[in-house]
Amino acid sequence: MLNYTLRRLFFAVPTLLVISFLIFLLLDLAPNDPTGNLPMTIPPEVREKIRISLGLDQAIHIRYIKWLEQFFVSEPLHVLEQWFNISIGDSESRVRVQSWATRSPAFDLIAERMPQTLWVVGMSYVVGILIALPIGVISAYRQYSWFDQVGSFISMVGFSVPTFFTGVLMIVVFSVKLEWLPSIYDTTLEVVDLDSFWLQFKQMIMPVMVLGLFNAAQLSRFMRASMLDNLNQDYVRTARAKGIREKSVVLLHVLRNSLSPVVTVLALGIPTVFGGAIITEQIFRVNGLGQLLIIGIQGADIPLVQTLTFIFAILIVLFNLIADVLYGVLDPRIRYE
Amino acid sequence: MRKQFILTAAAAALLANGAWAARGDDGHVNILYWQAASILNPYLSGGTKDIESSSLIIEPLGRYDENGNLVAWLAEEIPTVANGGVAEDLTSITWTLKQGIKWSDGTDFTADDVVFTAEYCMDPNGGCQQETKFADVDTIEALDPHTVKITFTVPKPFPYGPFTGGESPIIQKAQFLDCMGPNAPTCTEANFGPHGTGPFRVTEFRANDVISMEANPNYRDPNKPAFASLTFKGGGDAASAARAVLETGEFDYAWNLQIDPSILSSMAEAGKGTVVSAFGTGVERMMVNLTNPAADLGEARSTVEGGPHPFLTDANVRRALSLAIDRVTLSEVGYGDAGKPTCNVLPAPAIYASTANDECLVQNVDLANQLLDEAGWMPGSDGVREKDGVRLSILYQTSTNAVRQDTQALVKQWWGDIGVETELRNIDAAVFFGGDQSSPDTFQKFYADIEMYTNLFNGTDPEAYMNNWTCDEIPSPANNWLGNNMPRYCNPAYDDLSVQLSKTAAIEDRAVIAKQMNDMLMQEGAMIPLVHRGRVSAHINTLGGIKLNTWDSELWNAADWHRVK
Repeated sequence: MLNYTLRRLFFAVPTLLVISFLIFLLLDLAPNDPTGNLPMTIPPEVREKIRISLGLDQAIHIRYIKWLEQFFVSEPLHVLEQWFNISIGDSESRVRVQSWATRSPAFDLIAERMPQTLWVVGMSYVVGILIALPIGVISAYRQYSWFDQVGSFISMVGFSVPTFFTGVLMIVVFSVKLEWLPSIYDTTLEVVDLDSFWLQFKQMIMPVMVLGLFNAAQLSRFMRASMLDNLNQDYVRTARAKGIREKSVVLLHVLRNSLSPVVTVLALGIPTVFGGAIITEQIFRVNGLGQLLIIGIQGADIPLVQTLTFIFAILIVLFNLIADVLYGVLDPRIRYE
Repeated sequence: MRKQFILTAAAAALLANGAWAARGDDGHVNILYWQAASILNPYLSGGTKDIESSSLIIEPLGRYDENGNLVAWLAEEIPTVANGGVAEDLTSITWTLKQGIKWSDGTDFTADDVVFTAEYCMDPNGGCQQETKFADVDTIEALDPHTVKITFTVPKPFPYGPFTGGESPIIQKAQFLDCMGPNAPTCTEANFGPHGTGPFRVTEFRANDVISMEANPNYRDPNKPAFASLTFKGGGDAASAARAVLETGEFDYAWNLQIDPSILSSMAEAGKGTVVSAFGTGVERMMVNLTNPAADLGEARSTVEGGPHPFLTDANVRRALSLAIDRVTLSEVGYGDAGKPTCNVLPAPAIYASTANDECLVQNVDLANQLLDEAGWMPGSDGVREKDGVRLSILYQTSTNAVRQDTQALVKQWWGDIGVETELRNIDAAVFFGGDQSSPDTFQKFYADIEMYTNLFNGTDPEAYMNNWTCDEIPSPANNWLGNNMPRYCNPAYDDLSVQLSKTAAIEDRAVIAKQMNDMLMQEGAMIPLVHRGRVSAHINTLGGIKLNTWDSELWNAADWHRVK
């Protein structure tokens, strides 16, 4: 297992390098320009100078190599310096990955937004799992019952109605009509006492539920299908024949065996938690990574978009590996040698 | 929040009793811009959101009020030839600064800061985005701690480029000293929290999200601002920003609500807030390509070398296209309170607005048809007019934007009524306005027959704007497509007027010339103006002191904002 993991990690390096180059090429070839959103009053000559000041006049391979150096050398060194409070080499003149729109290090922007994304999107993932698992189990156990039918209907609706619709619908109902919940996420709110916790709770309900229901719809279908596969297996009949209580049969034997594919799906979904929820974050104005990405794309902030997408790529490769390893741990029949 | 609410209520009670409120009495104010501020240094970002958010903190020497008049801000008065501030030969201007002004860190504001600001922006390696403000500046010197003299290389009839308006505020020398030239982008701390002379100062800046501010303790008026703290939230979209002010009342002020007018008015019916609008210089117009955009011309496509356009060079066709458009409907459908029909590219300030072209205000399909008939453009078997094998078939492009696509659809229908075939195209704004040399879809390359967008100018002086349509400004491969003359219009008489304008100082005479230039462009059909666009914002009913200003930052008088009962 350790060998397998190390081998996979080793092969991930060239994969990631190729991915980073592809992202760079894609962004470079896209007909987008950092001066595109400036007001019309800024004349073309000045725009050209701005482009040059951003380094856009250099050849593409030079810009790529510079980015690689900033990402793989400057940033890790900076992190080390911050952690251990030391200085390594010429840290004054070291250039970190700079966002064009804010003229500040892209990693600082990402670090600033990571907590909100993990809280809101991560919470919605947890909520989604908590809703999906019981529904999936009951739906499968009572297949074609009214509960299963209603559950199927709701998850189909949840899956096919986009979050930009449910989000706005919730705002209109709960913020505009009922005036119970805020429609805009206050990102400056700090939880220090019960009152502020309550405010934080209120402002998180809508984005978390919108995303959570969407996640739950997907996961509950997975859980249901996996349970159904197992319920008809011989070992279930054997267990029942041995006189084991029905509760133990379903919750201990069937559920455990059904969970392994679901856990894989869950692990593969974790990178999307980090990726944030572009649409939901935009609707509720949560300052997460998804919103950062969309602002970066709109403003053609190429270093920021490149860095964010590449981090997502790393996470996806990593969690694919974790899912594979977990699969082996959960199911003794699977061995990687 | 609760404490602030009590403070607010207390302040409102005070005001109601007629007592004068002191600084910070009105608690907290929330401002919502649906584009988030990225940086608080307008010299490094020309984006409106960045200029306007920083205008709460840093200020210019003079700025425009809501009527477009220059008012002294950090200066004692606006220098003019009459008061001796501007030299007789128009080559220099001398500003006298107000006494006793302090930066938010408590140090004195002096002429050195003003001189430094100019050096900062004029550094060729800095990538300064407001460079045009300092065009033709020769030297800037501090004569004494409160006097600054700017000398120009040429006579400047309108010498108010540097240090007037929200785009050209004064930054603190001490703070930005190490941020010159190539170092400019690395000064994150200064760019995110500039020291200023304005009513507020930054307590926390989160790029692309939210700015927290508090009243500047060193602000020159001890009773202002009325608000102790301020939140400047960004992001989202215009419709939900409008909702947050007009329907839920979570925010006090929302900027630039360019959404479907019927949605905006139904939101306003909730009674919580007020929609305000004002008109500046923006005009939604069609640019008429006078050169040939045919794809088979290759490199010479849409250039003067490529030859004239097959049919848009016919003045009758251009006039007919303009007459067939119902501008009243266009502005009602797309813009509501924020638009009115216009027949000029220079519709404001009032002194510059011409009335010579008002024919186009009323749609006249019959006259359009008659013009085309007389010019020999006859309908073919499919109803599309043609002459000598040339069909009146137009490729009409614009940026992707709901209102623009509505306009396109309406225009296509009206042009169909006069036998003109139209193909519509929309391009993402970041590409269309992006100016990427390798993209064929930029508005400068103009590989189409007609293109539509809004252009405008800052401040009130139209000289630079009107110079956009001189022969030198024609974009072509030779100048890397860097030019503003999209129609590729070239008329020596127009260029003469432009030279004349640059030598004329008296405002009445300038107005006469600018009007002539506008009329020339309109009557020769280089552009088809459609809608004079205003700015629409909204504020909650308890927020007082709003004077919507389209000539300068919308937040220009935030020091005077207060709570009303």
